[in-house]
Amino acid sequence: MAETPLLQLRNVTKTFGSVEALTDVDFEVRKGEVMALVGDNGAGKSTLVKCVAGTHAADSGEIVFEGSQVHITGPKDAARLGIEVVYQDLALCDNLDVVQNMYLGREVNRFQVLDEPTMEQSTSRTLKSLAVTTISSIRQPVATLSGGQRQSVAVAKAVQWNSKLVILDEPTAALGVAQTEQVLALVRRLGEQGLGVVIISHNLHDIFETADRITVLRLGRNAGVFERRKTSQQEIVEAITAGTRTKVAGGPSTGASG
Amino acid sequence: MSAADTLGQERAPGGMEDEPANLLTRTIANIRSGNLGIVPIVVGQIFIVVFFSFKATNFFTAVNFGNVIIQMAGTTMLAFGVVFVLLLGEIDLSIGYVAGIGALTVAELQLPGSGHQLNGLIAIVIAVAVCALIGGIQGSIVAFVGVPSFVVTLAGYLIWQGVILGRLEVPGSIIIQDRWINYAANYYFSPFAGWLIAAIITALYALGALVRVVTAWRKHVAITNWFAIVGTTVGVAIATFGTVAICNHGVVQSRRLGLPLAGVLIVIFLIVLSFLAKRTTFGRHVYAVGGNAEAARRAGINVPRIRVLVFMISGATAAVGGIILAAYVNSVALTFPPGTLLLNSIAAAVIGGVSLFGGRGQVRGALLGALVIATVSNGLDTAGYSNGTIYIVTGLILLLAVTLDTVARRLQVRSGR
Repeated sequence: MAETPLLQLRNVTKTFGSVEALTDVDFEVRKGEVMALVGDNGAGKSTLVKCVAGTHAADSGEIVFEGSQVHITGPKDAARLGIEVVYQDLALCDNLDVVQNMYLGREVNRFQVLDEPTMEQSTSRTLKSLAVTTISSIRQPVATLSGGQRQSVAVAKAVQWNSKLVILDEPTAALGVAQTEQVLALVRRLGEQGLGVVIISHNLHDIFETADRITVLRLGRNAGVFERRKTSQQEIVEAITAGTRTKVAGGPSTGASG
Repeated sequence: MSAADTLGQERAPGGMEDEPANLLTRTIANIRSGNLGIVPIVVGQIFIVVFFSFKATNFFTAVNFGNVIIQMAGTTMLAFGVVFVLLLGEIDLSIGYVAGIGALTVAELQLPGSGHQLNGLIAIVIAVAVCALIGGIQGSIVAFVGVPSFVVTLAGYLIWQGVILGRLEVPGSIIIQDRWINYAANYYFSPFAGWLIAAIITALYALGALVRVVTAWRKHVAITNWFAIVGTTVGVAIATFGTVAICNHGVVQSRRLGLPLAGVLIVIFLIVLSFLAKRTTFGRHVYAVGGNAEAARRAGINVPRIRVLVFMISGATAAVGGIILAAYVNSVALTFPPGTLLLNSIAAAVIGGVSLFGGRGQVRGALLGALVIATVSNGLDTAGYSNGTIYIVTGLILLLAVTLDTVARRLQVRSGR
């Protein structure tokens, strides 16, 4: 584990007018790691993600990706680096089928004419590599899929462009028990395949099922980084609500040895 | 279990091998899940044809068959454009009078002794360009300023009507003498040329199917819908050769008619616009914007550009339709375009299964819908009914088609899809 983190944020600050959304926040994700980002409403989770995704630019602080400092000023910058965000609303077109959604905006074409066989094959390959086996036909409209399947498609769409870091915003919020298990398994698999994964969730059960480490934010500040194996839900809840900063293991400053 | 079983948890995600094995099983699966496709409209059309064949002696004749094709051509062209606009979830109320502007433009540009008389073909190109520009301007106001398309095109409806009234107030009408323009509705191919056209269309379709098969084969993608590919190719052959065969039998005052050019224009636009909608990046983006504009925007699609282009298509097809309608009466008069044109073309697209809410529908639906409307109107007319009856029946059919679709969709939701 003694390698450079995939993504590292140092002293990131972001203000909206007089509101300090993020104050000197540190954050890091390693390759092959599932990092959970938790905190109460208004803790700054979404703002942090938006700074990485290029929706907002941080006011100060630095973002280091694969060891070199980067400036992310728009979603395209993030995509070029290999950072993909799966938002809560999934951004899928219900009327299009799985293949069409996977390639939305990046269709394979020759002289503007779509190359369907190529797209179909590679969609099939991507889903297979993620062991998404519940979708019976990749030519069925997304509207006919279950919530878990839709989430799987959204995740597959995000990872198929050689992405290195995938950020999932509340991936299980709208799902039933079985489908949640499905998606959590998919999240773990992403980590196993060597991607950096950030999962934002309110559900501590989900986080303890998937995450390797947990970063807690409180009122726009760091409230600790915990190793899942060495912590308890109780401790995380305390950090979220009261901001106790005990047992900081593998924090950004000492992360490499943690 | 049948191949249509979609519960296959253990199945590979590949999908190709899981496609319902052929058109028949897929159609049955679709109907069961509430997706009726073109089945009701085809059944309805057959019923209408049979009904009027018994009701009116002059209905089921070769001459009238050609008449229906020419009568439906204008509405069909407008309806093709309506499909694209509806796919975006927008509406274009201006097309009726934009069609009028198209017709007025060709009439003006072919006017002998006006000092700006042009060849009819050049006049047609200019008219289509003018109307595409009109569509582009209206579309830009929708896409960039954010004014609802209903309002923008309602304004267009009034403005272009005003322009037509202003120009035709004094002469009352402009006679179209240019033969190229009038050919749009009055030209019939010789029997041999008709057969040749049928052969070309069939050959092109078969070639397209062959190319698809070969690409799939080269990419090692299994082809499971052989029945659909062969079936539709045979269907196209029967439809084209059948149409030509009937048209070639038409004789009016000992003059042999034949396949009308208007029919060929319909087919050309059908092929080109279907290809545009289904097989190009642009078409895919139209469906995407209509399905979820926000998702399309996040996927990097230039949504305003798609909107403007679609309104330009709408303007251009309206111009073509307007020219055909004007050619049919060899003139543009104060009463042009017919008051029913706008609503009939929207109704044609909707009867053809295009959703008013965007993202769902096909170009061919407009043709089928326009065919139903034209057949009913022609049949009632031939049987001696008044215009009032024609409107009432058309309205009822529209209501029936949409009700059927809505009920089918509700069943689909209820069956958990």
